[in-house]
Amino acid sequence: MRLGVVIFPGSNCEQDVGHAARALGIDVGYVWHGDTDLAGYDAVVLPGGFSYGDYIRCGAVARFSPVMNEVVRFAERGGPVMGICNGFQILAEAHLLPGALLRNAGLKFICHAQPLRVERSVCDWLDLPEGTVVVIPVNHNEGNYYCDEATLHRLNANGQVVLRYCEPDGSLRPGGSAPNGAVDGIAGICNERGNVFGLMPHPERAVDPLVGTTDGRPFFTAIVERLAGVGG
Amino acid sequence: MARYEVYVTYKQGIFDPPGATAERALANLGYEGVRSVKIGKYIRIEADADLATVREMCDRLLANPVIEDYRIVVEGEA
Repeated sequence: MRLGVVIFPGSNCEQDVGHAARALGIDVGYVWHGDTDLAGYDAVVLPGGFSYGDYIRCGAVARFSPVMNEVVRFAERGGPVMGICNGFQILAEAHLLPGALLRNAGLKFICHAQPLRVERSVCDWLDLPEGTVVVIPVNHNEGNYYCDEATLHRLNANGQVVLRYCEPDGSLRPGGSAPNGAVDGIAGICNERGNVFGLMPHPERAVDPLVGTTDGRPFFTAIVERLAGVGG
Repeated sequence: MARYEVYVTYKQGIFDPPGATAERALANLGYEGVRSVKIGKYIRIEADADLATVREMCDRLLANPVIEDYRIVVEGEA
């Protein structure tokens, strides 16, 4: 299993993703935004950061990077793609995932360890049981997930809501536990097929015990196991 | 060559945190009559392009139809 980590101008979490994945025994390669070939990669991560300075809108310019044509083709063939933070914003701008990420509702850049509830979903990237609570850092200014009512209904009906912001015991406050105003408390979603996954929290920052939590490990290991299973 | 002014704003019902902040700050300054403040983007384009093409630019890149509306004012020939 070889993981491709895409670097856009302004990405700043690609080393963290690479470090985390390698620590878990995953072979990692970096893909430059101008590259037009993903041959040899079994899964792709769009890392966090501020691609193209977040100009126009977060992810709006990165979406038209040459490599994104390949990422779209890769995803359409069923290839696993995970977008973390700015990567999620890019996937939404590229219409690989529905909705958009707005500015946080609470006027604050948020940066803290965030409890998240794993929902029952079709996501290929996560195999944790429904209701599992993981604590993973969030670090963003535009993580306020928005979609219209019809889309939200579809996300819930299809098992596309992967993660919700929650309280430490896994419960949800009335009105939701999102620290950023996200609709229905949504922290992460996948496409209908389950191979494209976008999330605001940073699982790569929760892999090494040195940083206090290893709850991010399954976000990298589940896809390795799944691909190994598919390969025989 | 033509000049265009593009105004990008959030769709009705989409919360605009900078606008809401400005609204409260103006109230704090004593401007009691302020009912609503919305903050958007102003984009000025000079291009050899017709209005339809500028609309396409807005739909593809300059605005996100999921959350934003835009209005194009044609300034005329440069």
